Amino acid sequence: MTGTTAAAPTGNRTVLVLLDTPGTELRSPVLELLTLARGIGRVEAVALEAPSLDVLAQLGTYGVETVRQAELSDDGHGVGGDVAHLTPVVAEALAAAANASGADVVLLTSSFPNKEAAARLAFLTGAGLVIDASGVTVAEDGEAAGRVVADKRVFAGAWDVRSAVSTDLAVLTLRANSVAPEPVAEAVATDVVGFVVTLTPAATAAKVVTRTVHETSGAGRPALGEAAVVVTGGRGTNGDFGPVLELADALGAAVGATRDAVYEGWHDQFVGQTGVTVAPRLYIGAGVSGAPHHRGGMQASQVVVAVNNDPECPLFEISDFAVVGDLADVLPQAAQAIREHRDAQA
Amino acid sequence: MRIVVAVKYVPDIHADRGFEGGRVVRRPDEGTLNELDENALEAALRLVEQLPEDERATSEVVAVTVAGPDADAAVKKAFQLGVDRGVRVSDDAVAGSDYFGTARVLAAAVRRLADEAPVDLVVTGMAALDGLGSVVPALLSAELGLPQLTLAGALELVGEPGARAARVTRELDGVDEVLEAPLPAVVSVTDHANDPRFPNFKLIMAARTKQVEAWSLAELGVDPAEVGDAGARTRVLDASPRPPRPEVEIVVDKGEGGRALAEYLIRNDLV
Repeated sequence: MTGTTAAAPTGNRTVLVLLDTPGTELRSPVLELLTLARGIGRVEAVALEAPSLDVLAQLGTYGVETVRQAELSDDGHGVGGDVAHLTPVVAEALAAAANASGADVVLLTSSFPNKEAAARLAFLTGAGLVIDASGVTVAEDGEAAGRVVADKRVFAGAWDVRSAVSTDLAVLTLRANSVAPEPVAEAVATDVVGFVVTLTPAATAAKVVTRTVHETSGAGRPALGEAAVVVTGGRGTNGDFGPVLELADALGAAVGATRDAVYEGWHDQFVGQTGVTVAPRLYIGAGVSGAPHHRGGMQASQVVVAVNNDPECPLFEISDFAVVGDLADVLPQAAQAIREHRDAQA
Repeated sequence: MRIVVAVKYVPDIHADRGFEGGRVVRRPDEGTLNELDENALEAALRLVEQLPEDERATSEVVAVTVAGPDADAAVKKAFQLGVDRGVRVSDDAVAGSDYFGTARVLAAAVRRLADEAPVDLVVTGMAALDGLGSVVPALLSAELGLPQLTLAGALELVGEPGARAARVTRELDGVDEVLEAPLPAVVSVTDHANDPRFPNFKLIMAARTKQVEAWSLAELGVDPAEVGDAGARTRVLDASPRPPRPEVEIVVDKGEGGRALAEYLIRNDLV
C-alpha cells in the first residue's frame, strides 16, 4: 500500500470522488478516498443530492475546493429522491461529471451498488475498471509510466496483484481500511457547482417501488465494512452473542457473524464472500470454524485472532493468535482485562 | 417464457489458484459450477414451474457459459438441475477476457438466442466465487440495453402474460428496496434467494442425452479484438503470493485464556 506521503507525480490530473452520503456526514471509507485521491491529482467530489453543511466542512478539511452536485433531468423534468439511488442513474451522473471536469480518475467506495455504478460508468465511457482495489497510485517509471496503477488482494487474500489501467479514464472502487484518512494541513473553502444530467430512458427502466432505510443491529457501533476492529461470532456462540458484544464494546469494535449464525437469526450481518467483506487491523473470530465462504470475507485482515473450544478449528490455520477454550469464559475475561488496561492508562 | 441463465465454471473453492504471465491459472480438473449460479438456475426453474400449464409447456431455460471445453461440466450440472438447453461460447480469443469482454460475449449469445425466439429474462448469480467482481450482471444489462434488477433476495413475476414485469426485493447495507422492471430484464439473485434443488435420478438420466451446443465468436458476430487479452482495459504488472502468516501462537484456556488474549492485543498495540 502506498501512503499519502509518497511523492506521486500529480501532473494535471483530476480525480473525482463519489460521495455516498452527502446529505448527512461523510463516513470513513469516503474520507479514505479523498486522502488517496490527493496523491494522484486535484480532487473534486460528486454528489447526487445537496451536500449538508457538515459535509461541506468535512470536504474543506480534506482540501476539496469543488463539489459537483448533479441535477437529474428525466424527459425534461427534474427528478430526485429514490431515483438518485438507481445504479444506472449514478453511472450516468458520474459520466456527465467526468465529462464536465475532464476527469482522469473516478473513485468510489466498494459497496455492491457502487461496484455496479463503476462498471456502468466504465461501460459508458470506455474506461478501465478495477473493483475492490486496496491502493491507487500513478506509476512514475517503468512500462506503465504515467498510468494509473491499482493494488488489489485476490484469491481470499492469498495474492497481491498490481495492475495498470490502459485507458485514459480509470474507474476504481476501493475497499475500506486501505489507508488512514488524513485531513490536509490547512482547510479550504468548498464550492458547490451544479451540473445537469439528462438521463437516458434506460437509466430509469427499472423503477423503485419502495425504499426504506433501517437501523442494523450494529447501531451505536462502528459499521462492519469499515471498522478497524471486528469481532465475529459463529455457531460456537450457540446463539448467545452476549460475550461477543461485550468484547466488541471493550475494543470499540464492529460486530459480525458467520452466515450460519445470521440464518439462525442470532445477528443480522454476516462476514463472508457473499456478505460483508472485511479487512480490519484486527479480526477476532469467536466460535467461528473458518469455512471457506467465511475466510473469503475476512482473510485480508491484518491480525487474526481465534477463540474456539475445538483445537482442530480451521480458522486457527490462518490465525496469528488463538485460544482453545469456551468463548463464554474467554471473551468476558479478555474484555475485563482490556477495560482494566484502558482505565489504568486513562 | 424463455429464460437465459449465465453460468460460470470456476475452480473449486478449496483449490490453489495463482497467476502466470499476467493471467489467472487454474487446475482444470478441480473445477465446478459456480455455487452462486445454482441460485440463479433455481430462480429460473421456479419461475417456469409457477407458470400456468399452457405457458409452462412452451417455456425454456437455457444455460450459457463463456469458457473452454472444461466448462461443459458446469453446463451439464445445469442440465441435471433441469435446464432444457446449454450453450458454451468458446474461442481462443476469449481467453483473458475482463469483465467487459465476458459481458460482451454473454450479451451476444443472449441476442442470438433472442433471434430464435424472444428472451424474457436473463438471470445470473450475484458473483463468481473466483473473481468476486459482481459487475458482470450490470454490464450485461448495459450491453443488452435492458433494465437491471440486481442482488435480488426474492424474485417474482407480476402482471398478466404479455405485459409481465419482474419484481425483486433486496436488502443492502441497511436499505430495503423493492424494484420493478418490465420484461425483458436482467436479474441477479443472491444466495438468500432460494435453496437450490439437488439433481434427482430422473433428471440425471435425462441430462445424459443432452448435448452442450458450442458456439464461436464468429457465429455471434463478436470482433475478437474487443474481447480477451486484446480487449482488456487493464494489464497485470505484477502478481505475487503473500508470505504465509507466521506460526499461530496457541494458548489453551486453563482459566487465564481471556487474560492471555488481552495481553496479546496489548503487546501488539491493538487495544
